[in-house]
Amino acid sequence: MNENLSNLLYLISIASFILALKFLSSPATARRGNQIGAAGMVLAIAVTLAKDGLDTGTYWLIAIAALIGSAIGVVGARKVKMTAMPQMVALFNGVGGGAVALVALAEYHNTIREHVGPTWDISLAIGVSGLIGSVSFAGSIIAFAKLQELIHGRPITYPGQKIVNLAILGAGIGLAIAIAAGYQATWALIVELILALAFGVLFVLPIGGADMPVVISLLNAFTGIAAAASGFELGSNVLIVSGMLVGASGTLLTLMMGRAMNRSIGNVLFGAFGQIQAGVGEAGPAASGAVRSTSAEDVAIMLAYARKVIIVPGYGLAVAQAQHNVRELADELERRNVEVVYAIHPVAGRMPGHMNVLLAEANVPYTALKEMEEVNPEFPQAEVALVIGANDVTNPAARSNPASPIYGMPILDVDKAQAIVVMKRSMRPGFAGIDNELYLDPKCMMLFGDAKESVIKLLSAVKAL
Amino acid sequence: MGGHNATLIIEVTVLVLAIFLGIEVISKVPTLLHTPLMSGTNAIHGIVIVGAIFVAGAHQQDTLIQIIGFIAVVLASANVVGGFVVTDRMLEMFKKREPKKQADETDAK
Repeated sequence: MNENLSNLLYLISIASFILALKFLSSPATARRGNQIGAAGMVLAIAVTLAKDGLDTGTYWLIAIAALIGSAIGVVGARKVKMTAMPQMVALFNGVGGGAVALVALAEYHNTIREHVGPTWDISLAIGVSGLIGSVSFAGSIIAFAKLQELIHGRPITYPGQKIVNLAILGAGIGLAIAIAAGYQATWALIVELILALAFGVLFVLPIGGADMPVVISLLNAFTGIAAAASGFELGSNVLIVSGMLVGASGTLLTLMMGRAMNRSIGNVLFGAFGQIQAGVGEAGPAASGAVRSTSAEDVAIMLAYARKVIIVPGYGLAVAQAQHNVRELADELERRNVEVVYAIHPVAGRMPGHMNVLLAEANVPYTALKEMEEVNPEFPQAEVALVIGANDVTNPAARSNPASPIYGMPILDVDKAQAIVVMKRSMRPGFAGIDNELYLDPKCMMLFGDAKESVIKLLSAVKAL
Repeated sequence: MGGHNATLIIEVTVLVLAIFLGIEVISKVPTLLHTPLMSGTNAIHGIVIVGAIFVAGAHQQDTLIQIIGFIAVVLASANVVGGFVVTDRMLEMFKKREPKKQADETDAK
């Protein structure tokens, strides 16, 4: 296939990726969008294989490699539990970054071996894509390991950390500049890649598990940018556009996530958030014993005779796998003409939109899920706010206590409901490691126990009424 | 050399336009879809598989490049296939409210 035809067909791939992103803007069209993107990818691969200038004798090797990779991808994607989605995305992102770095290494080695000597722009692209791709690979693997609890989720810090990290990154960038400036030796790129890998590990280690989704989103953008850079290496528009689409949209998405948590990205990356908070938590009003606990039967009566109930689901619900039971409870309440809505905080679950996925898995229609701005004015009309496994996103300290580490984070106005029922395993603080003064509110009652068991008890108590 | 620079300028132009396009297309996505979006864009940067095929399929390579190309294709295809499949699995679950229910909700934006 000649160059002009293949470039024309690549343009169709590019258009399909843009359409895919556009269709992802609405739940009704999102799935079709993803399929359009996949079709565009298949086309891009087919065009690449049909291009002039490739050695068809190598195709059997490429086929084997693609089969292995696809098998890993399909098994991972099919087997993963919805609660483990963030680490799965991290892993798929990491391998993409690794592929970019390897392409850079191979391109560099080839040009040196053939004594053609890459032009400055190509060596710059090689240096950049190798650097960013490696950081993305190593960082994503660490993010995966933290979320999968293979290594401890708490921030890992040591004195002089930032200086060490900066020195490693600086050395890596220095080598990239040397390569761009015309220094030609494969070892230089290899050392650059190793430094970048080390930086990727060290830069994610001090970040707490709660912030990991923001990091994954950022690394996702990184891989996109690295892929765009490798487009310059190979003179391929389809790589430049697709990579940069992801780079730009991923960067914006990262900023949006930061905004939802009221944190700057710098603070997420360099703040070692969880650590600072551990100390503050001790000083909180925690164990004052002023909390009221209640029984499933009492809560059932409140719920069954309410006109409006707002359910506030959190990660605790997902961990207990109680989504289906909650949906059954909501169905039962709706049969009794109780209006039930779900209040979804932007960072409910382990990453933005994660809770929507988890509830969708339990067949909760997405039209019953309300975003924070939409649902907050409705709390005063709700007879009961039922908080299931959510904590920090309901903490009024975010509004009222400037000393709190989460001060300024937008929260769900659960405390404005007429009554609050919190289902929780124990008084242990939430992911941010701080106490929740909501539990001391006179309107608030605690229903202790495993979320799933409690919801099942509630359901049978409601049915018995 | 003029030809080379002309190509570079076109590539940079395309790059800059892609930045604006990426921001524009994404700014309307509701929080509801952020997780599938992240996973969907993740699949799209699997386009690096094109680069991996260039490397693995090049003429007259030494063994080192062959190995590197092979691994790159494995990694990139895991990225592509895993990314699209997992996104599809998530989006498959997003359903509208059954029509039997009264329309008490406004559409999720």
